[in-house]
Amino acid sequence: MNIRTIPVLLLKEFGLVKTTKFKKPKYLGDPINIIKIFNDKEVDELILLDINATKKNTPPQYELIAEIASECFMPLCYGGGIRNLDTIKTILSLGVEKIAINSYAIENPQFIGIASEYVGSQTIVVSIDVKKNLLGKYEVYTKNGTQSAKLDPVTFAIQVEELGAGEIFLNSIDRDGTMKGYDVNLISKISRSVSIPVIACGGAGKLNDFSEAVKTGGASAVAAGSFFVFHGPHRAVLINVPSNKELTDIYSK
Amino acid sequence: MIVIIDYGIGNPRSINNMLHKIDVESIISANSADIANAEKLILPGVGSFDAGMMNLEKMGILKILNEKVMREKTPILGICLGMQLFAKKSEEGVRAGLGWINANVIRFSFVNTLSNFKIPHMSWNTVNIQKNSELFQGIEDPRFYFVHSYHVKCENEEDILCNTTYGCEFHAAVKKDNVIGVQFHPEKSHKFGMKFLKNFSGLKKE
Repeated sequence: MNIRTIPVLLLKEFGLVKTTKFKKPKYLGDPINIIKIFNDKEVDELILLDINATKKNTPPQYELIAEIASECFMPLCYGGGIRNLDTIKTILSLGVEKIAINSYAIENPQFIGIASEYVGSQTIVVSIDVKKNLLGKYEVYTKNGTQSAKLDPVTFAIQVEELGAGEIFLNSIDRDGTMKGYDVNLISKISRSVSIPVIACGGAGKLNDFSEAVKTGGASAVAAGSFFVFHGPHRAVLINVPSNKELTDIYSK
Repeated sequence: MIVIIDYGIGNPRSINNMLHKIDVESIISANSADIANAEKLILPGVGSFDAGMMNLEKMGILKILNEKVMREKTPILGICLGMQLFAKKSEEGVRAGLGWINANVIRFSFVNTLSNFKIPHMSWNTVNIQKNSELFQGIEDPRFYFVHSYHVKCENEEDILCNTTYGCEFHAAVKKDNVIGVQFHPEKSHKFGMKFLKNFSGLKKE
């Protein structure tokens, strides 16, 4: 089976950043330049998330998205500030393929159904942020990881699949930016409960982490941030993408 | 000039972006006069079969499309749903397709397989060339991005250009005279898609 390996880029105002546990955003650089590099490296797909849109209640940055889309010759997924169909239609018309919905999927789950009915379920990705509570129980978080939604991730994943989500983008807040490996237990819980593809994210630090998420966790696709943008112990910004052969080898091992 | 048919379904902008990148002149239009003047046509499509046929009808461009493709033999490329609309009918809907290719559209069915192939099929795949075509010339180790739940099944084997395997073997590209269909998305397939679209733009009328 062919596994998609997907860089996730976080947009904050006009720059790209990388967070640790959803905090401490570190500036990486200009989005267009960085995305051009990922395009040149022929990545399978890209996920671009505006981490300020919901917090600041601002609409998506359409001009920037259009410029980014015109440099992306691979599938592009956009998330951030999606709260109505018009926004989705506008973003798709700019040359974006997929839309990720996070906070609003929790606030108004029925919207997932409305959106996927309208643009097709393969276009709608529900992004689920998960954090362990003090008792070690998984909880869904919302508003960029700042508030517990008091939902069990498995129950919520099943619900969004039933409503018509085409994919689940599963992010572990505890592992975000740590590069200590995926939360394979979490990935496995979710991917065993739904039949739609699960994109695992949070914690990838080495190539083997990807195959672990796929083989042990059952993920259909793997996503990462730090892995693709940092180099060395001091986290110097350097875009690094394994070749298609390296990735194929790791998944077929 | 290539006209990318804008029938309210699909991603004409992504195709236009790539054609622009490879210096091929194109416009996005649903205007009959533009279609009539087109040297080549592209029918994109992301969405459902009946919605696609209904929109072509609603926009009043079925007649001009039939005229261009069937009588004038203008090359047309159908992408994903666009390709499926070239068939006679689809398991996804009740409407008749364009019928330009002797084929039907069927849904992936993995009930008899043990592995858990998820639907839609969403990944990059290599293709096995079945028939030499200038469309795939100069593409080394071709690899394309697919996202679909249905696929085309040809009745005439000679119409198949290449196949791909996802749980079962299916047609990745078909060609009947000037009618070309691809299940993958060349506009989202990096240099492989660029070369493919460049080859399409260079096709001569048959």
